[in-house]
Order: sequence, then C-alpha cells, then structure tokens
Amino acid sequence: MFRKTLMAAAAVFALGSTAQAATEITWWHAMDGALGDVVNQITEDFNASQDEYKLVSINKGGYEDTMTAGIAAFRAKNQPNIIQIFDAGAATIINAKGAVKPVQDLLEENNVAFDINDYIPGVRYFYADSDGKMIGMPFNSSTPLLYYNKDALAKAGVDVPKTWQEFEAAAPKLKEAGYIALAQSHTPWIFFENFMSRHNLQMATANNGYDSTDVKILYNNDALKDHWEHVKAWKDEGYYGYYGRAWGANQDAFVQQKVAMWIGSSGSFGGLRKSTEFDFGSSTLPYWEGVGDAPKSTFIGGASLFAFSGHSAEQDAGVAEFFKFLTKPETQYYWHKETGYVPVTNAAYELAKSDGYYNESPDAEVGIIQLSEEGGEWTRGYRLGFYVQIREVIYREVDKIMNGEETVDGAFATIEEEANGLLERFNDTYSN
Amino acid sequence: MKRVQFEHSAVPYLFIAPQILIISIFFLWPAAQALYQSFLLEDAFGLSSQFVWFRNFEDVLSSSSWTRSAIFTVVFSVLVSVLSIAISLFLAVRADEVIRGAKTYKTLLMWGYAIAPPVAGLLGNMMFNPLMGDLYKAFNSFGFEFNHIQNANDAAFVVILIAVWKQVSVNFIFFLSGLQGIPKSVQEAATLDCKSPERRFWTITFPLLAPTTFFLLVINLTYAFFETFGIIDVSTKGAPGGSTATLVYKVYVDGFLGADMGGSAAQSVLLMIMVSVLTVFQFRFIERKVHY
Repeated sequence: MFRKTLMAAAAVFALGSTAQAATEITWWHAMDGALGDVVNQITEDFNASQDEYKLVSINKGGYEDTMTAGIAAFRAKNQPNIIQIFDAGAATIINAKGAVKPVQDLLEENNVAFDINDYIPGVRYFYADSDGKMIGMPFNSSTPLLYYNKDALAKAGVDVPKTWQEFEAAAPKLKEAGYIALAQSHTPWIFFENFMSRHNLQMATANNGYDSTDVKILYNNDALKDHWEHVKAWKDEGYYGYYGRAWGANQDAFVQQKVAMWIGSSGSFGGLRKSTEFDFGSSTLPYWEGVGDAPKSTFIGGASLFAFSGHSAEQDAGVAEFFKFLTKPETQYYWHKETGYVPVTNAAYELAKSDGYYNESPDAEVGIIQLSEEGGEWTRGYRLGFYVQIREVIYREVDKIMNGEETVDGAFATIEEEANGLLERFNDTYSN
Repeated sequence: MKRVQFEHSAVPYLFIAPQILIISIFFLWPAAQALYQSFLLEDAFGLSSQFVWFRNFEDVLSSSSWTRSAIFTVVFSVLVSVLSIAISLFLAVRADEVIRGAKTYKTLLMWGYAIAPPVAGLLGNMMFNPLMGDLYKAFNSFGFEFNHIQNANDAAFVVILIAVWKQVSVNFIFFLSGLQGIPKSVQEAATLDCKSPERRFWTITFPLLAPTTFFLLVINLTYAFFETFGIIDVSTKGAPGGSTATLVYKVYVDGFLGADMGGSAAQSVLLMIMVSVLTVFQFRFIERKVHY
C-alpha cells in the first residue's frame, strides 16, 4: 500500500515537472463568441504543434475592455505577453515609449525569418513606425465593403454601383421599388477614414501622424464635406437610412430588407450568411469619380497583436514562436475561412486561391482584392492619438448633421477644432 | 470659560477603526489618487508623466461637450429623482390602502428592484428599437414622430423613462414601510377631524413621511448621477450628438475608452465637488424642513 502511494506520488511529481518545463505565455484578446472559438482552436493547435511553450489565451471582453485591462495590468507590472489592440488604440500603445517590444525586433532576435513584403500591401505598414519597422503583428484585419440585396437590385432594375455617381442614379429607382437605398454601420471608419484612403487624400499632417505626435487633422476639407452634403441630401430624400451609431441597428435594417445596400466589414460576411433570408453579394467600397485619384486601396480595420515588454527572453522567444505559427499560410487560411477576416500574408492568399476557396465563395475575396488595389501616398494608414475620442466627436457631430441641428460646415469646423485640441493634448502627454 | 476634560479611552477608537479603515481604503485613498492624477499629464501606461497644474481642468471646462453634459446631468438627475419619488409615493399610498390581494400588488411593485441597471437599459433599448420596438411603434402610431435615434429630447425621454422605471420600485419599498410606520391612532384621529383624504394626506401623512422622502431624495440624486451609467451605456451611449451623456458616462468614455488619464481624473474631481456641494446643500437647507 505504502509503496503504491509512493509510486503514485512520484508519478504525479514527474507529471508536474514536465508541465512546468513548458514556458507559459499569455495572450489577452477581444474575440468573443464564434471568433473566440476560432482563437481557442488556434491556441490549441499551437500548443499541440510543439511542447516548449504553452499558450494561454484569455478573452477580456471587447476591444476597449481588453485595452483597459492591458493598461491596468501593465501599470501593476503584471502584463500579459501578448495583447490585442484595435486600430484606433494603436497610437496609445505605440507612443508609450517602452511599453511594447516591436514585433520585427522580437522575430529577428529569435531568428524567425521576417520580410515585411510577405504581408499584403494594405496591411503591411498600418502598425509600423515611420521607418517602416513593424511594431504590431497584424491580426484580425478587415476592410469596409458594400453588401447588396440581389433581389432588391433586380426589382429596381439597377446594377451594383461602383461609384457614388452611379449610386445617385440608382437610389431613386430603389426608392420606387420600396427600399431605402443605403445604410452603413461605422461612420468614422467608413465615411471618414476610408473615404480619405479610397480617394488618396491626406488625413493628417506629419505623414498621417506616422512621423510625429505633433499633428493636425485634415478632415475639414471640401471633398469630405461635399460627400456629407450628399449623404444629408440622400437622407432627406429617403435614399439613406440612418439608424444611429450602433453597428447592429444598421445591419439589421439590411437583414430585414428595409435597405437594399449596406456598408459593413469584410468580416461581416459569415454573420450575414446566417441571418439573411435573401441572396446577397458584396462589392468594393464606392468612391466619387473625379475626386482625388480614386479608386485607391482602403485602410484595414480590426486589430493587431503587441508583445508587451518586461518579460524574460524565454517567454519572448515563445511569443516569437507563436507569431511564426500564426502567420503560417495554413493558420492564416484557417482564420480567413472561419472568420471572414482577410489573410494577412501573400502566401496565405495564394494558398486560399490555389485551394479553390474563392471559386466556391467569390465574395470572400472582395475584401482582399480591395486591400490589394493600387496604393497611394495616403493609403498606408494613420497614427493619431486619442483617436477613440476623435471618433466620439465624429459620431456626435454626424448625429447633429443628420438631425439638422448643425450644418455640414459647422459640424466639420467643430470636428477639426476638437480633434486638434485632443491631438495637442496627446502630443503634450506623449512627446517627452 | 472652563473646559471640561474627559478621560479618554482607546476603546471607542478601536470600535470605529474598521469603518475608518474601509473608508480610507475604498474612498479616501482612491479620491486622493484621482486628485493627484488630475494635475498630471500621464501616458496610459504610466511610463512618463508631468505635473501641469490646472491644465486638465482648463481643458475640461472649456470644452462645449462637457458643459452640455453637465447641464444634461443636472436636468436628468432632478427629473429622475422628482418623477421617481412622486410616482412611487403615489403607488405606495394606493397600495397601502388596498386590502384584498395587497401582498400580490406589493410584490409585483417591488419586483423591478431586482433588475440591474444595464438589464433595465437593455429592456428599454429593445422596446425602443426602431425596427422592432413595441413602444417605438406605439408612439409613432399615435402620430408623435418619435425618433430617439436622432432627436435629442426623445432620447432624453427614453433614458429618463428607463431610469425612473428602475428606481420606482426601490422608492416604493421605503415609502410603503414609512407609511406603515405611521401610527394608526394618528390616522384615525385625522379621519375624525377632516373628511377630505387629499387634505389629510398633505397635512398629516406627507409631513410624517418627510424623513423618508428626504432620505430618498439624497439616494435618488446619487442614483441619477452615478448608477444610471449602465442604462445609458446600454441604451443610447450618449447619442444623439452627446445629448444624453451624463458626466459619469463622459468620465468613462474619456478615461476607460480613450485612455486620457489626466482628463478623466479632472472630470471625476469636478464631479466629486459637484456632488459634495449638492449634498451639503441638501443637508443644510432641505433637512431643516424635515422633522424627525
């Protein structure tokens, strides 16, 4: 009996020590629901692929919750190894000197082959510094797309509009057929940031904010204001449905066939396929013919992974190992197929093509085609501090344009003034 | 004047020590931290900071969105407190009179107490959903052209309605127990002297309920200032045009979502000052009229 117990104890001890041999690395992310399941699967696959490191992934809520949790943990010197930070929060973490280890350094130090040109053009430099060094590892990347109800368009006898001019011609016919022509789900991202990129217009001074935190916003320009004069007119004519700032409310209007076309994310595809009872297709983001030099590629939206500093070399090596696994074509292809986010590397895109994925679901390719369109001087991205608050100002002022409380000119003057005030605060906070 | 000296014993200090400790850890220490933070410009990760005196306060007070939010907060808090106190008082008086099925009425009226503010917000949000909300459809079918997505007053109406509905049951419980605390003999004597139940209520019952009402006023104002956060976050998120963002909601947006530590600390300090002033005012001027 005694011997048995002793042997059992020894066995437990042995098990324990092998488990301890694997270095544990933690990843805090913002992917819940179906996306969270995919993240968990990737985590499991990584852990099964090697036995040196054990990755633990934890969902910390939405994007903002995750960032707040990361900030609190860092201040308490208890930060995870990897944290997922969304596009608008990137400036906050990148400009906090020493909070993160640039992904490119991390990979090179750990002898993981790295070439920024392996990444697809629209993704490549978004989370890079002004010298083009990659700081954050692009993870879930999406881009705004136009979804259309095929029945509605057929009923009205119109084609999918490629440009806003074509949209203006089609909208009255859709109205006659009983539809509101258009709604969209993310005003700042779709009708501000990507408007600038699509038309290759400069969004902010200092190279869209990449070169310095001393920067001014350039939203108060004629092209963007003109666009909003049109949007307001469309709304008054009954061509544009404005269901407030909530993503879901605007998407529901499309799902319930109140609106014929809806601009959402390339990542919305899977969800729409489950919720719609009609045949729909997707197309590229419309642009104004003759404005800027449209059409150019759009920005990505979504989030990237940052490696927090302050960890042992052993753990950092584990992070590098995981990033290597994550950017493998097979992992990226799996992620792309399961979630609708675009694959971030050329090799993964090639794999999806050669596997015939786009033959069976051509809509899944539209996002990546749009991101691979010809880039311009102002299409690589933007890096603006307190951008979360700037988006709040945009939401607020657009509400006022829509309910007639404020003119387009007045609203844009306010956006410019308040955004510049916030950027100045950010510069004063982070520049020294 | 001769001062009387008492022998001091350590025992009373020992007894209040746990309470003092709790207040220090959970209120005084964080409040001091917020005050200190409000004078700093500090990056989110705490890697660099500089002392900037009143810069954060200047930035906050000069922004039009803060002023709008402050005005809304005051209007909102007063309306929510007054309406929820008035409605629950009415309900409590009526429920107190009911004899048959009294328990059922009372239980049903108290039910709302068990609902958390975010859940109340979610319920309200669904009822006012433009695509499927019953209340939204009902209002519009009466020809109101109700649209809280775009109209600031309609949006304020929605959050006030939810906030009042949520609070009525809490107040109801207090008023009901207050009513039951009024001696039967007093009520019977009043019935003999005065025939009008309405006059009896205002001259006898209401003054006797004054301590409860005052207590509820303090509690309700605090509720409207702070606890309605969940309702707003789930229903309007401060839209349209920032018209339904209370000060607490703005602190959250700037501090938690936007990672502007100094700015949101300054806002919380201002909020703390406002609530302190309000509380002092209540105790100095309103409590004088209350007889215990």
